[in-house]
Amino acid sequence: MNSSWSRFNITAIVLGFAFLYLPIVLLVIFSFNESKLVTVWGGFSTKWYVSLFHNQGLMDAAWVTIRVGLISATMATVLGTLAALALTRYTRFRGRVLFSGMVFAPLVMPEVITGLSLLLLFVAVGLDRGFFTLTLAHITFSMCFVAVVVQSRLVTFDRSLEEAAMDLGAPPVKTFFQITLPVILPAIISGWMLAFTLSIDDLVISSFTSGPGATTLPMKIYSQVRLGVTPEINAACTILIAIVACGVIAASLVNKRREVQRLRDEQAAQRG
Amino acid sequence: MKSLGNIRREFAPWNKPDAKPYIQFKNVTKRFGDFTAVNNLSLSIYEREFFALLGASGCGKSTLLRMLAGFEEPTSGQILLDGQDLRGIPPYRRPVNMMFQSYALFPHMTVEQNIAFGLKQDGMPKAEIEQRVTDMLKLVKLGQFAKRKPHQLSGGQRQRVALARAVAKRPKVLLLDEPLGALDKKLREETQFELMDLQQTLGLTFVVVTHDQEEAMTMADRIAILDKGEVMQVATPAEVYEAPGSRFVADFVGNINMFEGKVADRDSSGATITSANGVTIRTANAGDAAAGSEVAFAIRPEKIKVSSKKPENGDNVMEGEIYDIAYLGDMTIFHVQLGNGQVVKASSLNATRATEDPLSWDDKAWISFRNDAGVVLTR
Ligand SMILES: Nc1ncnc2c1ncn2[C@@H]1O[C@H](COP(=O)(O)OP(=O)(O)OP(=O)(O)O)[C@@H](O)[C@H]1O
Ligand SMILES: [Mg+2]
Repeated sequence: MNSSWSRFNITAIVLGFAFLYLPIVLLVIFSFNESKLVTVWGGFSTKWYVSLFHNQGLMDAAWVTIRVGLISATMATVLGTLAALALTRYTRFRGRVLFSGMVFAPLVMPEVITGLSLLLLFVAVGLDRGFFTLTLAHITFSMCFVAVVVQSRLVTFDRSLEEAAMDLGAPPVKTFFQITLPVILPAIISGWMLAFTLSIDDLVISSFTSGPGATTLPMKIYSQVRLGVTPEINAACTILIAIVACGVIAASLVNKRREVQRLRDEQAAQRG
Repeated sequence: MKSLGNIRREFAPWNKPDAKPYIQFKNVTKRFGDFTAVNNLSLSIYEREFFALLGASGCGKSTLLRMLAGFEEPTSGQILLDGQDLRGIPPYRRPVNMMFQSYALFPHMTVEQNIAFGLKQDGMPKAEIEQRVTDMLKLVKLGQFAKRKPHQLSGGQRQRVALARAVAKRPKVLLLDEPLGALDKKLREETQFELMDLQQTLGLTFVVVTHDQEEAMTMADRIAILDKGEVMQVATPAEVYEAPGSRFVADFVGNINMFEGKVADRDSSGATITSANGVTIRTANAGDAAAGSEVAFAIRPEKIKVSSKKPENGDNVMEGEIYDIAYLGDMTIFHVQLGNGQVVKASSLNATRATEDPLSWDDKAWISFRNDAGVVLTR
C-alpha cells in the first residue's frame, strides 16, 4: 500500500481539520483579545478571564451546570445500567422488544420533542420548574446513552464467570457486586462520562425544563450571545474546551497505558 | 506403600451389589425448547471414582455436568447426590465444584484472590484461607505467580489456576469440563497424571467430560459413552475397548474391523459367522448371539497378524493383497484387501528396526487371527 503523503492527502487533511477546528481556534484566539470588539484584534490580554470570574451570573450558571451534571450523570448511570442488565439478561420476558425500543427511542428523538413533552408533563403534575425538574430531564435523556454503552459491554460478558462465582458459593447478589460489577465497571464509567458531557452541554431540553434560578451555562451563554458576543463569553467557552480536552486526553492516555501494559503482560506470559 | 495402579485395580464398587452410588441420574431428560439434549438417562457414579463422560460434540456432556452443578434443571427425572434429591438446590448450595471449559477465571482478581474466592464465601478464617491458598498454589506449582492476574498467565498456567480454584473448597465432587482441551499434547499427558494423582491424594469423586478417548482411557476408572443424549455403555476402559456392547461403541472407541453377517452355527464352544460378503469366521466369544441372528463380528487391528506366507496354523486365515501401508513409527498399519473386496486393517508393532518379513504395496499377504480375538455384537 502506498501511504506516502501525496499532495491530495495533505490538502484533504488540512481542509478537513480547518473545517473542524478553525471556528474553535478563532474562539480561543479572540478570548485573549485586548479589544472589546470581538472581531478586531487589539493585542494580547487575559483581562476577560479575570472579569469572567467576577461575573456573578456566569459563575452561578457554571455552578448549576456542574451540580446538574454530577447528579444526573450518577442517577442516569444507575438507571441505565439496570436497564441494560434487564435487556441482556432477561431475554425472554414479555414485551422485551417494546421495552428495548422505548429505552433507546430518546437516542433518536428530536430534542425539541423530548423537551416539550417533559415540559407538558411537569406542568400537568404541577411541578414547579427549577433545579429539580432540570435534573430529572437530564436523567431522562442521558439514561439511554448509558444503557447503550453498558449493554454493548454486557453482550460480550462471559456468563460463565458468574456461574463460576455461584458454583464457588456466592449467592446471586454477591456475585453481581463482586464479579459482574467490577468486570463491567469501565463501561459504566464511560457511560457516566458520556452522561456528564451530554448534561453539561445540553441547551434545548434545559431551556424547556428549567425555571428561574436554575440557568445552566449553555443557556446563559446563548442568551448573552443574542445580545452580542462578548470576549468574556469567548473566555468561558475556552475554559470549557480546555476542561473537555483535558478529560478526553487523560482518558485516552489511561486507556493507552493500560493497553500497552496488557500487551507486555501477555507477551511475558507467552514466554512463560 | 501401594502403587497408584494397585489401588485403582482394587477399586471396583460398581461390582459390589451392596455399594451405594454416590451420584445417581434417574431417568433424567433435558429439553431445550423442542430439542432433547439428554434423553431418559440413568447413571450411577460411586464415591472416589474417576468417571469420564465421552462422546461426540453436542451429545449432551456439558449439559449433564451443568445439571449436576445446578446451572440447569432437568426437564424430568431425578439427580441424587449421596441420597439427596438435588432439585431446587441452587448452585451455591451444592457440595459440587466445577472447572469450566473456558476456565472462567475472574479477570479482575489475582491468582491468589481467584483461589481464595470460594473459601471466603464459606466464611473461613483469614489465616486458614491463606494457608489453604498456599497449599493449593504449591499443589499446582504456581507459587511464584500468586500475585499475577489471569491475563498475565499462559494457557497451561490458567488451566492450573482454574483447577486449584475448583479444588480449594475440597468439594465432595469435582466436575471437569474438558479440563485439558487447551493444552498441547505433552503438557496434556503430564497434566493427566497430575489430575489422577490429585484425585487419589484428596480422595475426591471426579466427573470429567472429554471427547478425547485416549484421555478418558488413561484417567478414568469407568467411562460412559454417550450418543445423542443417551448412554450407550458404562464400563471400565478395558471393557469398553475389548468388549464393546454395541456397534456404536466399538466404532467410536479406537480402530476396529467389522464384518456384518449371520450366525451360521452356534455351539457350546462358540459360533461360526458367515458375513454378507462371503467370509466365514470362527469365534469363541459369541455372547448371547442365537443361531441365525444378524450380528457383527468386530476385531481390533492389533489382534490381526499379517504375513507374506500362509500361516501353518491359525483359527481364521484369509488371503488378500496389501492395499495401503501407514507407517506410524511405533507401529505400522496394513490395509489388506480381501478377495471379496473388503479392506481389513491390521497393525503390527515395529519391535525391531527392520523386519525379516517385509511387505510392500500390492504384495500378496495373509491375515490371521485367533478365535478369541474378536467379539460378536448383536446391537
Ligand atoms: N441453553 C441451550 N439452549 C438450547 N440448546 C442447547 C442449550 N445448551 C445446549 N444446547 C444443545 O444441547 C446439545 C448438547 O449440548 P452440550 O453443550 O451438552 O454438548 P457437549 O456434549 O458438551 O458438546 P461439546 O463436546 O461440543 O462441548 C447441543 O446440541 C446444544 O446445541
Ligand atoms: Mg461441552
